[in-house]
Amino acid sequence: MTPLLELRNVTKIFGGGFLRKAPQTVAVDDVSFTIQPDRPSITTIAGESGSGKTTMARLLLGVAKPTSGQVFYKGKDVAGMGRREQREFRREVQPIFQDPFESYNPFYKIDHVLNSPIGNFMGPTPRSQRREMIEEALQMVGLRPQETLGRFPHQLSGGQRQRVMVARALLLKPRIILADEPVSMVDASLRATILDSLSRLTRELGIAVVYITHDLTTAYQISDNIIIMYKGSVAEAGSVERVIRDPKHPYTRLLIESIPQPDPDRRWGEDDSALRIGEETASATGCKFADRCPMVMENCLDTPPPLYAVDEHRTASCLLYSDTPELQDRDVASVFAYSAPVPTPAATVPT
Amino acid sequence: MADPVTKSPPAHTAEANNEVVLSVEDLKVYYDTPSGPLKAVDGVSFTLTRGERLAIVGESGSGKSTLATALMRMTRSPGRVAGGRVILDGKDLLPLTAEQIRRVRLSEIALVPQGAMNSLNPVMRVEDQIIDGMVDHSETGRAAKPELRPRVHELLRRVGLSTSVSRMFPHELSGGMKQRVAMAIATSLSPKVILADEPTSALDVVVQRQIMQTLGQLQEGLDASTVLVGHDMGLVAQFADTIGVMYAGRLVEIAPARQIFQNPLHPYTRLLIKSLPSLAGKGEFIAIPGLPPTLLDLPQGCSFNPRCPDVFDKCSAVTPQLLEVMQGRSAACHLFEQKGEDN
Repeated sequence: MTPLLELRNVTKIFGGGFLRKAPQTVAVDDVSFTIQPDRPSITTIAGESGSGKTTMARLLLGVAKPTSGQVFYKGKDVAGMGRREQREFRREVQPIFQDPFESYNPFYKIDHVLNSPIGNFMGPTPRSQRREMIEEALQMVGLRPQETLGRFPHQLSGGQRQRVMVARALLLKPRIILADEPVSMVDASLRATILDSLSRLTRELGIAVVYITHDLTTAYQISDNIIIMYKGSVAEAGSVERVIRDPKHPYTRLLIESIPQPDPDRRWGEDDSALRIGEETASATGCKFADRCPMVMENCLDTPPPLYAVDEHRTASCLLYSDTPELQDRDVASVFAYSAPVPTPAATVPT
Repeated sequence: MADPVTKSPPAHTAEANNEVVLSVEDLKVYYDTPSGPLKAVDGVSFTLTRGERLAIVGESGSGKSTLATALMRMTRSPGRVAGGRVILDGKDLLPLTAEQIRRVRLSEIALVPQGAMNSLNPVMRVEDQIIDGMVDHSETGRAAKPELRPRVHELLRRVGLSTSVSRMFPHELSGGMKQRVAMAIATSLSPKVILADEPTSALDVVVQRQIMQTLGQLQEGLDASTVLVGHDMGLVAQFADTIGVMYAGRLVEIAPARQIFQNPLHPYTRLLIKSLPSLAGKGEFIAIPGLPPTLLDLPQGCSFNPRCPDVFDKCSAVTPQLLEVMQGRSAACHLFEQKGEDN
């Protein structure tokens, strides 16, 4: 089956170039990943700042062009799309951004941000029908239309504003929602509500969600599969149960050990051998994590590790697992697990 | 109070000694707005003993950062301290003159600011910034700058930076390194109290862990006390001995860290802990219903009553006071007042 969205051997390089001495930054380094149309699920792309996760989002949205490799939507190269195809792509792949304060024009009421996408993408729509669509979308994300519409952005809380953004994306009946750190600026006590409305979209409407975050705990809570990025490359990917509960890559282990657990009896270990700050001594040829890795071996410094299919639902790019077979065609989604039942088209309308 | 000159041997637990270093009594910080005073901090009291690590947690708008700035006497207009006392080592900071408070800052109480990336001077070398603070705030008058250079190297090494950093500008440093420089500045005059306002808010988890461990080592090395202000319950659990929970400008619960997590008393604390996503099992986190109140329009009685699952009649009429309800534990909730009366 043709994937809905596909990254094929995508590399994105910033900087460098003719007459410039600035070093190049490889933001995304040969990543392949697919979203299948028949298995709506939540996929997390996780990593620290500088890991390339936001560049991945921009590539998936077609806003950034890959330096090499291609991005396909329904089998068509996004870079070479005609106007009509591009319109369809932009309607069906909807972003939700990090900052619920900056994505609004403070001079317009909330209604504006919900009305304009209908006008832009749906053509002329009677006012009553618009209103109905907007109310339905707001209810879907758990907001009461009468308490939301007619207000200005500053009259809503950060959590409410972010849910209006989810509702806006929802109005266009997208196939994919790409949420870049949607809760990092929202208070802890309200995060669950936004994440819950995202997972309802997958469960009830069959929309695939790509959740980009640095927070592995929320990723574990809402997603089915996860891709851990390190300096532009996939370190480990697979089902969250495998990757988070039983990490194999030394980098994933370091990340998970560093999460501050809300439990004074389970404090960070005092052993900080793996905490050495990368002194930029990483060899250009070998594994990018070698300079920080507590389990570094001699050949890590000269061989870039391929992705190994460590088990059925996980792949890791680490020479510790060189006795397992390499992942075929590098598509990390080939090891993903889908727990949610596949909804039939008739079942996608919520009651 | 013990003689502040004789340093007691380092004790890393709050239980080990009871020498009070900082005591905050009924502190009130209001912001004057056209619609009346906004009570960002409304009657907060707590004490900090030597070597203790206290954390103040709360959501955005709970008043925790306003509290931290008031402790440094750095409240700016339209904010004003409307009442209370901040007693550091026996001396009330609030009536001090500008010159007197300048001698207290950094040498007795120092702040590690939120977002160190924006708190360093972009056109000044790291060593000059560290020396600047030391010269400006030292009690012993102005030391000659060249004499302080070896001291700068010592400070940088203590926060885990190489001495070559001293000649660098802030833009040459990563976020974690800048935060370390901010910690070097804050501890340059060996303060008795280190205030840290969300010191790791923009940093990745691995760097966050390094920074918090460095802060802990600094504090133990100086035998200082720490007030950590933050919103991340996980981070606080990793660091603090005592946790104070703020809601709408008031402390609603204060207790030893272990007890807060094992048996939270105030319904807000309980729900806040429940709203944390965990790695232990899926589907175990739920949002607190409703929204945090706006401080200009607080509900009658307890500010948390519209969101509280255990609300009863008295909650919407009387504002509960922070009372000691068990040994070493205080909560501001009518549920426990009655228990206190019964005992």
